[in-house]
Amino acid sequence: MTPLPRWADVVLLPLLNVVLAFLVGGLIVLAVGQNPLQAVGIMLYGAFGYGSGFGYTLYYTTDFIFAGLAVSLAFHAGLFNIGPEGQAYVGGLGVILIGLALNGMHWALVFPLMIICGALFGAAWAFVPGYLQAKRGSHVVITTIMFNFIAVSMMGYIISRILKPAGVNSDESAPLEAITRVPQLRGFIELFKNSPVNLTFFLAIGALFLVYWLIWHTKFGYAVRALGNNPVAANYAGISNQKLIMIVMALAGAFAAMVAVNNVGGVQGRLILNFVNGAGFVGIAVAFMGKGHPIGVGLSALLFGMLYQGGQELAFQMPGITREMIVTIQALVILFTGAMGDMLRGPLGRMFAQPDPAAGAK
Amino acid sequence: MEQLLVDITLILDSTVRLAVPLILASLAGLYSERSGIVDIGLEGKLLAAAFAAAAMSAVTGSAWLGLLAGIGAALMFSGIHGLASINFKGNQTISGVALNFLAAGLTTFLGQSWFKRGGYTPQLSGDQRFNPINLPFAEQLRDVPVIGQIYGELISGHNIITYFAFVAVPATAWVLFRTRFGLRLRAVGENPKAIDTAGISVTRLRYQALIITAVLVGIGGAYLSIAQSAGFNNNMSAGRGYIALAALIFAKWRPGPALLVCLMFGFLDAVQFRIQGQVFPIIGEVPVQAIQALPYILTVVLLAGFIGRAVAPKAAGVPYTKER
Repeated sequence: MTPLPRWADVVLLPLLNVVLAFLVGGLIVLAVGQNPLQAVGIMLYGAFGYGSGFGYTLYYTTDFIFAGLAVSLAFHAGLFNIGPEGQAYVGGLGVILIGLALNGMHWALVFPLMIICGALFGAAWAFVPGYLQAKRGSHVVITTIMFNFIAVSMMGYIISRILKPAGVNSDESAPLEAITRVPQLRGFIELFKNSPVNLTFFLAIGALFLVYWLIWHTKFGYAVRALGNNPVAANYAGISNQKLIMIVMALAGAFAAMVAVNNVGGVQGRLILNFVNGAGFVGIAVAFMGKGHPIGVGLSALLFGMLYQGGQELAFQMPGITREMIVTIQALVILFTGAMGDMLRGPLGRMFAQPDPAAGAK
Repeated sequence: MEQLLVDITLILDSTVRLAVPLILASLAGLYSERSGIVDIGLEGKLLAAAFAAAAMSAVTGSAWLGLLAGIGAALMFSGIHGLASINFKGNQTISGVALNFLAAGLTTFLGQSWFKRGGYTPQLSGDQRFNPINLPFAEQLRDVPVIGQIYGELISGHNIITYFAFVAVPATAWVLFRTRFGLRLRAVGENPKAIDTAGISVTRLRYQALIITAVLVGIGGAYLSIAQSAGFNNNMSAGRGYIALAALIFAKWRPGPALLVCLMFGFLDAVQFRIQGQVFPIIGEVPVQAIQALPYILTVVLLAGFIGRAVAPKAAGVPYTKER
């Protein structure tokens, strides 16, 4: 098969796959008797049309960037990390523990510590599957799935039995004081009205640059990509695959845990049950759609941020459509960009190999 | 003594009920994984089948049509999985993950669009469900001590899918280890090239496996919504597909052990609410969350090779490409 020109491989093919995913999604909406174009219009308005909607879009985008990076990073090393959901959940424990310990202190001091502490907890939770993959050969896909479930049980126990203060009815930790919480942007920018987007958003943007630098401009990143492309060759080149797998998984967990900084530190100001709410899983779609590149991850996180916020609006405006349509789109994106990503490669290759339209139309 | 027997029978009875979807999904996964197709998507198929079965049964009033619809939904999902992982040689794990989300999204979305009950399907009753079957002599034997109790409560009084699940286990063992198809199935999961060289189509064999997978998991899904419960509710598979996958790994991809592991996981499920708040000697109070997490923890421990070793079929997850 003739290789595609680079631009087609990097931009055209992924774009076509995404378009395909949305077309199928549109057909499903059409099949239940709703107007997909109207739905897109409402979603766009809900996501960008007014200040607090836009703020919510950026808040979701923050979560999805971190989760997407957690999946991407592991994928560069040839590991499929399905665990950001659990890693973010456990990361929340680190964030709330440091937050409660320093409750009442100024956020400028607590915010960096929340990042570090959350990262450590998330990294620890992801390190175990990494260790088991590296040293014991247990497949990281299965172990990270199992660890998501174990995290739900463990955190449920910790929140309802240990962190819950006496006299509180709902299962949640004690709240952080306002001054300790990560400040929300509406405090500085009028536009965002009552949306929860907070300083963590800039952390996410920073993380995109960090990962770009890490993967493409460091020795470590080179080793990671070598491992992902050809573990045998990487091993011959003197790279310790085992060590690298563990480090990459821990790092992925640390990125996933930033979802907790956004939510626990910046939005709820306390640890509540199941606060991750699927953001970790969206990361899978974001990573595949963005092909693991920070630019792609950033853009697809924004797209999914738009879908999630716009989906809220949609549920209000078109009662026939629920927010779960977004989960369907998410699934289609994973399917077409991840699992069937090479479906159009053959036809495209033929198109580029034979510029003559008569021959290409075969 | 009398009460203890009643208690034990009741726990075992609910163990059986809770194990049925696990058994069916496990066996389903067994066919697909033995043929070399990793199936993370069991969860999604279970959910999609549960929804399709409940929806069809609600509309037509027939549990049997519901069952067919459940199998049909699972077949569709298997078809997509096959297309992605056999024809396009895509990543099977990613495809499975996608299918799980697809099921989660579609069932809720379609449920709301069609029935407008917040994702629930209408309550089913009578012929819309598979009802308990009382085996002969269950009534007459009721007064016989021990045997009457066990026969009447534990063995009799289940629905037809439950009995089917227990028949499917030895049937699978027979197919897998005693038939030509089973031999080929095991071979294609270990060494597809050998199968190809022998002049047998790898693609065809793997699709056959996926079809059996779909039928079994479809029946398992239908069990959830039109036999065990009286209708579909959101995310009603609740991780059972993953537990079934765990059971399959635990059983090292063998039908008999898979049955035992599924019964064990079903038992854990059945006792978790009974032991809540109870204080045991030595260990003290066991939190319900610990019991919930136990199947997953056990699977991780097994995968880590601390208790035995789980070795997957060699070619599992690897798309087969003929040399050109």
